[in-house]
Amino acid sequence: MLELALKGDKKYWGWVIALLAVIGVGFAVYLKQLDFGLGITGMSRDVSWGFYIAQFTFLVGVAAGGVMVVLPKYLHDYKAFGRITILGEFLAIAAVTMCLLFIIADLGQPMRAFNVILYPTPGSVLFWDMIVLNGYLFLNIVIGWNVLEAERNNIHYAKWVKPLIITSIVWAPAIHTVTAFLYCGLPGRGFWMTAILAPRFLASAFAAGPALLILLCLIIRKVTKFDPGKEQIQSLAKIVTYAIIINVFFLLCEVFVVFYSRIPSHMSHLQYLFAGLHGHGALVPWMWTSMAFMATSIVLLVIPATRKHEGVLAFTCVILFLGTWIDKGMGMISGGFVPNPLHHVTEYMPTLPEILITLGVYATGILILTILFKVAVNVKEEVSGVTDSCESC
Amino acid sequence: MENSRRSFLKVAGITALGIGTKPVLDVFASSGGHGEEPKPEVYSNEKALTAEKWGMVIDTTKFHSAEDLAPIIEACHKIHNVPDLPDSKHEIMWLWEDEYKHVFTHREHELINDRIKHLPFLVLCNHCEKPACVRACPTKATFKRDDGIVLMDFHRCIGCRFCMAACPYGSRSFNFRDPRPFIKEENKEFPTRMKGVVEKCNFCAERLAVGKMPACVEASNGAITVGDLDDPESEVRELLRTNYTIRRKPDLGAGPSVYYIV
Amino acid sequence: MYDKNKIVAGLVIFVAIVTFPFWYNLGNASSAPEPKLSEKAKAAKECVVPKESMKSEHMRILDLWRDTVVRDANRIYNTGKGKTFNMSLSTGEESCTGCHDNKAEFCDKCHNYASVDPYCWDCHIAPKEKKPEENK
Repeated sequence: MLELALKGDKKYWGWVIALLAVIGVGFAVYLKQLDFGLGITGMSRDVSWGFYIAQFTFLVGVAAGGVMVVLPKYLHDYKAFGRITILGEFLAIAAVTMCLLFIIADLGQPMRAFNVILYPTPGSVLFWDMIVLNGYLFLNIVIGWNVLEAERNNIHYAKWVKPLIITSIVWAPAIHTVTAFLYCGLPGRGFWMTAILAPRFLASAFAAGPALLILLCLIIRKVTKFDPGKEQIQSLAKIVTYAIIINVFFLLCEVFVVFYSRIPSHMSHLQYLFAGLHGHGALVPWMWTSMAFMATSIVLLVIPATRKHEGVLAFTCVILFLGTWIDKGMGMISGGFVPNPLHHVTEYMPTLPEILITLGVYATGILILTILFKVAVNVKEEVSGVTDSCESC
Repeated sequence: MENSRRSFLKVAGITALGIGTKPVLDVFASSGGHGEEPKPEVYSNEKALTAEKWGMVIDTTKFHSAEDLAPIIEACHKIHNVPDLPDSKHEIMWLWEDEYKHVFTHREHELINDRIKHLPFLVLCNHCEKPACVRACPTKATFKRDDGIVLMDFHRCIGCRFCMAACPYGSRSFNFRDPRPFIKEENKEFPTRMKGVVEKCNFCAERLAVGKMPACVEASNGAITVGDLDDPESEVRELLRTNYTIRRKPDLGAGPSVYYIV
Repeated sequence: MYDKNKIVAGLVIFVAIVTFPFWYNLGNASSAPEPKLSEKAKAAKECVVPKESMKSEHMRILDLWRDTVVRDANRIYNTGKGKTFNMSLSTGEESCTGCHDNKAEFCDKCHNYASVDPYCWDCHIAPKEKKPEENK
C-alpha cells in the first residue's frame, strides 16, 4: 500500500519537500545541541524540563485522542465512524512518533537511551511510559495497516486484529494516565501533585485530539475526493464539546481546592501562571489567552447553530486546539517548576534553537501523517470508485 | 587459547563474588571451576569509614556570616571538580548557601529572630531514607547504598532529569554543557563530569572509602559532624540527643539525613 | 522483465557503494600498532590479568570495575597471588594510569587504529603527557 504515497501531484510533492526542509533545519540544529549540550535551550537548573517535554505531554494527549473515533465504532458499533477510524489510528502513529522523538531530543546523553532497557527499573514511571508509548505505537501500526489493507481488498479484517483493537481502546487512556503519573507522583511539586491531573490530561486530550481530527477531515475533504462525512464531523464535534467542558471543569476544581485551602506550595504555581509571582509573569498573557480560547470554544460548541456551521466549527477547533496547546504545551511543565522547591523564581522561555528542533520534530510528525493519510485516502477513493486515475491502469 | 580462557574466567570470577550485574559472565564463572587457580578478590579498603546509616548534623550556631561558609563550599567544590559556570541557569552546586526562608520553606515566618533571618544556611543533598530521585530514575543511575548514601553513577545516567523534577530539595544539578573549561583547578584524584549528566553531593563516598572524613567536615572547624545515625554511641547521635535539631521538609516523609542545630 | 538495464545498472552501483570501504583501503592496510609500555609497566611484568587477556578483555574488566567501585564500594582488586590494585582508571599510583601513564602511547594508539572512541577521558583526567624530549 505504501506505493500509494509515491504517486502524487505537484502540490503533494511540494508539501513533502517543504516538510523535509523544516526537518533538515531541525536536524542540523539538533546536531548542534548534541555537540554543545542542552545549554542551547532555555532550560535551567530550576526549570529542568521545558518545551520538549511539554510537547511530548501534549502529543501523548493527541495520540490518545485518536481513540475517540475507534471506541464508538468498535464498542458501540457506531457505523458512521467506520469511515474515519483509520484517520484516528494514523494520527496516533504520527503523534506517538513525535512523542518519542521529543524524549530523545530532551535526553542529555541520547546515545545511552538504551540503558532504560538494559537496566529495567519498574519502580520508575519513565520505564512504564516507554513501554506504553511503544506499545501504543505498535498496536496502531498493526491495526491501522491490517484494517486498511482488508478494506482495500474488500474483505473483513483478520480475526486476530479484533482483540488488538479492544486492547488499543484500553491502552489509549493508559498512555496519558502514565504520562500524568510522571508528574503527579513527585513530592515537593505542588502544581502537579493532584489526583485530578490524569483525568484533566485525558479530558484535554479527548478535546484536542478529536478537534484536530475535525480539522484534518475538513482539509481532506478540500484537497481530495474523499469526504469523511458531515455526520462524522458533527459526532466528533459533540465529543469535543463534552471533553472541553469537562477539561475546564476539572481545571476549576483544581483552582477551587488550591485557592480555598490557600496552601502556598500549591497556590504559588497558579499565581505565577495567571498573575505573575515576585514580578515575574512571562506566561500570564499566554495563560489568559488559553482560558479565553477554551471559554470561547465552549460557547461556540454548545450553541447548536455555531456547532453545525462547518466554517465556524473549523474556527472553534483551531482556537480550542491552540488553547489546550498553550495550557499543556507551555503552562503545564514550566508552571510546575516555578517557583522551585526553595521558592526561588527562575523563568523559562524556549530559545530559537529549541524552537527550531521542536519544529523539526513536528514536521517529521506531519510528514508521517501526510504519507499515512495519503495512503488511507487513496484506498478510500479506490474502494468507493470515485477515482478516475485508476481507469488508466 | 586455553590460557586466555582461564584468565578470562578469572576476570569473570569477580562477578562470582556477588556483583550480579553481568549474568552472562556469571555463567562463564560457574561453568569452569579450576580449583588450583588462585581466585581474584575484590574488597574495600580496611581503613574505610563505615556506618549502618550515615547522617550529618550541621551546627548553625557556629556560623555567623557567608564568609564562614565560603571555605567549606570551596573545599567541596574544589575537591569534586565542580565547575564555576558564568550563566546562573547552568549552575552546578553540590553544597551552597541560602536564607532560612528558602531552606526551611515550611517553617518560615515573618517575625523570626534576627539571627536566623539573616544567617546563611548550608544546603546539600539530604541523602534521604526514601529518596524520591532513586524512585524516579529509569536506569538505577542514582541509587541508595546500604549505608544510606544516595549516589550517582555518572557512567549510566542518560540525562532525562526525572530525578531533578523528583527531588523536593532542589539538590541536583545538570550539566547543560561541557563543564571542563569552567574548572579552575582540576583535582586529578576525582573525575570531572561530561555534558548531559546529572550530579549532586556524594557524601564524599570516595573519601570515606579511604578513611577520610568528608571535605566539608574537615573544612568546618567542627561545625559539621557526620556519623552513624544507627549507633546510639556515635557523635551525631550525641549531638541529636543534646540539641534541638530540625530537618528540611520532614512532612514529605522522604526522611532527610541532614540535621540542623538552630 | 521490464527495465532490465536499469536494474542491472542499479545493482552495479549498489555493489560498488557497499564494497567501497574495501577497495578504497586496498593496499593501504597498516599493521596493528603495538601499545608502548611505560618503564613502570615493563618493570611490573604482569597487569591485572596476563597481557593477552588484557588486550581482549580490558573493556569488560573496566566495565565490571566501575560497577564494583561505584555501586558496591569495593575498590581493591587482589589478583589472588597477593598483588593488589586500586580499581580506578585515574586515581593514584596503583590505578590504571598510575602505571600506564602515557595515554597517547598506551591507549590512543590502538583505539585510533580500531577507530573506537571511548568516553573515559570526558570525565577521567588523563595523566599529564610527557613531552617527547623528556622521553628520550
